Amino acid sequence: MQVPAPFEYARATSVRDVLELLERHGPESHVIAGGHSLLPMMKLRLARPEWLIDINDVVELRHIAEDGDVLRVGALARHADLLASEVVGRLFPLVHDAEKVIADPVVRNRGTIGGSLGQADPAEDLTTVCDVLRAQVVIAGPSGERVVDMADFHRGPYETACEQNELITEVRFPIRARSGSAYEKVERRVGDWAVGAAGAALQMADDGTIADAAIGLTALGLEGLATDAAAVLVGQRPSEGLVAEAGRLAAEASSPVEDQRGPVDYKRHLADELTRRVLRRALDRAGATAVQGG
Amino acid sequence: MTTVQERSPMPQEREPNPAHSDPDRPIGYGRIQRKEDPRFIRGKGRYIDDIVLPGMLHGAILRSPMAHARLVSIDTTEALAHPKVHAVITGKDLEGLNLAWAPTLSADVQAVLATDKVRFQGQEVAFVVAEDRYSARDALELIDVEYEELPVVIDARRALDPGTAVIRDDKDGQTDNHIFDWEAGDKAETDAVFARADVVVSEEVIYPRVHPAPMETCGAVADYDPIDGKLTLYETTQAPHAHRTLYAMVAGIPEHKIRVIAGDIGGGFGNKVGIYPGYICAVVGSIVTGKPVKWVEDRSENLMSTSFARDYLMKGEVAATTDGKILAVRTHVLADHGAFNATAQPTKYPAGFFSIFTGSYDLEAAYCSVTGVYTNKAPGGVAYACSFRVTEAVYLVERMIDVLARKLEMDPAELRLKNFIKPEQFPYKNKTGWEYDSGDYEPAMRMCMEQIGYDDLRREQAEKRARGELMGIGVSFFTETVGAGPRKHMDIVGLGMNDGAEVRVHPTGKAVVRISVQTQGQGHETTFAQIVGEELGIPTDDIEVVHGDTDQTPFGLGTYGSRSTPVSGAAVALAARKVREKAKAIAAAMLETRPEDLEWEKGRFFVKGDPSAAKTIAEIALGAHGTVALPEGIDGNLDAEVTYDPPNLTFPFGAYICVVDVDPGTGKVKVRRFVAVDDCGTRINPMIVEGQIHGGLADGVGMALMEFIGFDEQGNCLGGSFMDYLIPTAMEVPDWETGYTVTPSPHHPIGAKGIGESATVGSPPAVVNAVVDALAPFGITHMDMPCTPARVWEAMQGRPTPPV
Repeated sequence: MQVPAPFEYARATSVRDVLELLERHGPESHVIAGGHSLLPMMKLRLARPEWLIDINDVVELRHIAEDGDVLRVGALARHADLLASEVVGRLFPLVHDAEKVIADPVVRNRGTIGGSLGQADPAEDLTTVCDVLRAQVVIAGPSGERVVDMADFHRGPYETACEQNELITEVRFPIRARSGSAYEKVERRVGDWAVGAAGAALQMADDGTIADAAIGLTALGLEGLATDAAAVLVGQRPSEGLVAEAGRLAAEASSPVEDQRGPVDYKRHLADELTRRVLRRALDRAGATAVQGG
Repeated sequence: MTTVQERSPMPQEREPNPAHSDPDRPIGYGRIQRKEDPRFIRGKGRYIDDIVLPGMLHGAILRSPMAHARLVSIDTTEALAHPKVHAVITGKDLEGLNLAWAPTLSADVQAVLATDKVRFQGQEVAFVVAEDRYSARDALELIDVEYEELPVVIDARRALDPGTAVIRDDKDGQTDNHIFDWEAGDKAETDAVFARADVVVSEEVIYPRVHPAPMETCGAVADYDPIDGKLTLYETTQAPHAHRTLYAMVAGIPEHKIRVIAGDIGGGFGNKVGIYPGYICAVVGSIVTGKPVKWVEDRSENLMSTSFARDYLMKGEVAATTDGKILAVRTHVLADHGAFNATAQPTKYPAGFFSIFTGSYDLEAAYCSVTGVYTNKAPGGVAYACSFRVTEAVYLVERMIDVLARKLEMDPAELRLKNFIKPEQFPYKNKTGWEYDSGDYEPAMRMCMEQIGYDDLRREQAEKRARGELMGIGVSFFTETVGAGPRKHMDIVGLGMNDGAEVRVHPTGKAVVRISVQTQGQGHETTFAQIVGEELGIPTDDIEVVHGDTDQTPFGLGTYGSRSTPVSGAAVALAARKVREKAKAIAAAMLETRPEDLEWEKGRFFVKGDPSAAKTIAEIALGAHGTVALPEGIDGNLDAEVTYDPPNLTFPFGAYICVVDVDPGTGKVKVRRFVAVDDCGTRINPMIVEGQIHGGLADGVGMALMEFIGFDEQGNCLGGSFMDYLIPTAMEVPDWETGYTVTPSPHHPIGAKGIGESATVGSPPAVVNAVVDALAPFGITHMDMPCTPARVWEAMQGRPTPPV
């Protein structure tokens, strides 16, 4: 059995409680929710927090609620909650695409959206999902609450705008009419980290052109959105040629590294292939005139 | 020779209770639920980590972070100062006990704790004994080791290059990394056949390094009693008796003072055959501290340091005529044995039974040569359900037959059918010296083709290809050689590969059977009870199977290489028959008649012509232990003991067909269907047989698609956790479809051949053949496992890469 180094443990019951505990126990205290990244790292002794602040009892953070033109998702919403949510699937089908391929049911029962975004693993799916949906992250800290765009929240691998003494409390997704989205991942096996994945969200204009587009890649060495790839789509009528051009540009924007999951050229190919696939599906979901497959 | 055919398009099982009408108390062979499962499904199994003894301490091993380095110094002062640490043991300490090195199962030695160098990443350097496992782990970080890095040898193909670092400079006279050369078959004759053949195909085929990865890792609880000098050792072992003898030979504790107990074992697959340094350290820890010491490795330790499997680099060649008659096979193998030659093989077989690579085909000639080398990787090379390298052999020949089929533009199933050994040729002597006991290959192959709808699939494939879709159909047909083995040919460290069994019928007609083999999940407690039940007519529920305790069971070599039923099953059947003979004599006395006037039907003897004059086995048991006047030479019990020396090995076979779909955009392989038709001779419990097959098929899909232990250039193990070393889940495997034929072994008392490894042996080539078949439009003839999306995509680009 792998055993972690010694640590202390506290259980919080409210956001205020969490912030106080973080303040009291200082820089080596760490929030734990699902624990699916932190606990394995602790067992391997790669992570050695002195204090764990368990937030699983902070029930105020588990909501999923449609609120005007925003969907508010509490940071403690489990992957399984998102997957089970009819409203999430209706408004943002790519969340369900992604959730179906995040780890396995056991992990999805515990892992949370806040934990996923906060961990900011380069192979983590929900960062890409939130990027392309242009979500906002609500962060509570000693001096109050702030709302940060994903572009500012996610600073790079394992790095976010959430400071050590702060807590991610909510993720807000803007609801848009005539929109469609999709996500697809290639993995060597269920539960393995992504070899590569792509997500796309689109909004159609009344005249059948693409009004807005966002494309993101997971585990393929792209931070933030593939802006050039998305730009070629905007103002255009969907066509297979357009989709192929976006795929090419997404691959160009990627910067994958070789590992046991594959070499650079394969991963770059995936950026292209998966971008095209998610664009076709997102267009279809947005009610665009059918794009010829190819 | 007896050959019984039970051909049925749909599996139909014998009624579970042929002799008795009470289905709740089945007797003998048939599909009955496993006696051990009530405790497993309730979570009440008793595994090594469940053992808790009073005052028990906990051990942990400090392992080398480097693959090859000289040990400059070890400072344990700080660790010893830890308030909960009782002892820190290093190689130096073991040297004083003459235990720093231990013999391996392959006439080599292996470091228990390093004294001079470390030779692979993860090698054992020091052992801490502390009051709890957390403190033991904490104290490891307080040990200060200074290493002086040495050049590493990772690529087996470079291991023998001049000037390469010598890993085993501890061995007198060792000036390179060469371990052994071994050959089988007639080289000159084979070369001559190749020279005159119409067609020769050749391919570099790699069976990469994989790991058995049992769910329960390895561990031990050592309890040395300094008063009576007795060592009780709870261990994760597949071979408790062999271990006890080896401990006696190595540690100097007399054998009668050692008791090895193997409780429930959470999977073995060959991983738990050898003796690991951790076991020895636990024993030393217990002797040093005077308290029981538990050591259980974690997952990373298991994957990085215990016995791997495979790692064979093979050059395969097949010679044939243009019309598809296979003439000969030839191969040279480079075998990567890691830092110590610790592979578990019979003494005279350093490459195991690899020479069965002639497969299921009637050949004119065959020749193989194998060179074993040292590298800076973990030692081992055991089973993983490989029945002593049969897996590698079958993979090579079945992959190569497909290469030949492609070259000849023949259907791979047809090519196999054309070249099978014919039923009338059995017993068949192959060109490398094996005598195949029995076989009837064509019906199994035809059944498999029919069950999967082979012709329809080929039509579907042609249509899909025309549309640019990638679908592959992979065929494999295997013959194994298992059930080692005859003592005149086979031993492990001098111990003949025989097994004992003891059957006792208690006065009330209940029975106990004691066996030397060790279940790791195979269902021995049920299967062996069924064998005794079949022979004696006692309900399975009334028969207790005792195993896994050297104080309570007869000697034998344990469970690996599919040998439990072929060897121990025979011993049990023969012991039961001895009991039956004795029962007959006692029944005759009870019925006041002569034994030859009695007839047996399952469970009772009756007087010929007068079925009402009968004695049941329970009545006879009471009589034996009671006051019946016993015939001359019969003593007052109903017991018997047999040690079985098999006259030959057994040769299970099977036909497997796999259908895959490959995503042309991503290279992702989906196994759509898999049909396995197995022939393991007599099927004692068809449900257990199928369970073994299902598990092996999943193993095979895992190896074919994802399992692989790689190393970087510094010798860092890249497969040291289940995040890196992937084993398949229910999502990666299809619903298994199985069928069977029955061709009993003619030399085995009940005709059983063993099934434990068949599917692991037979399935990898079926999957890889299917993938390569799917990729035919890209012109490639071979790709190595694992067929991960990236590697398949590379193959689609026309550049399949070997795994490194």
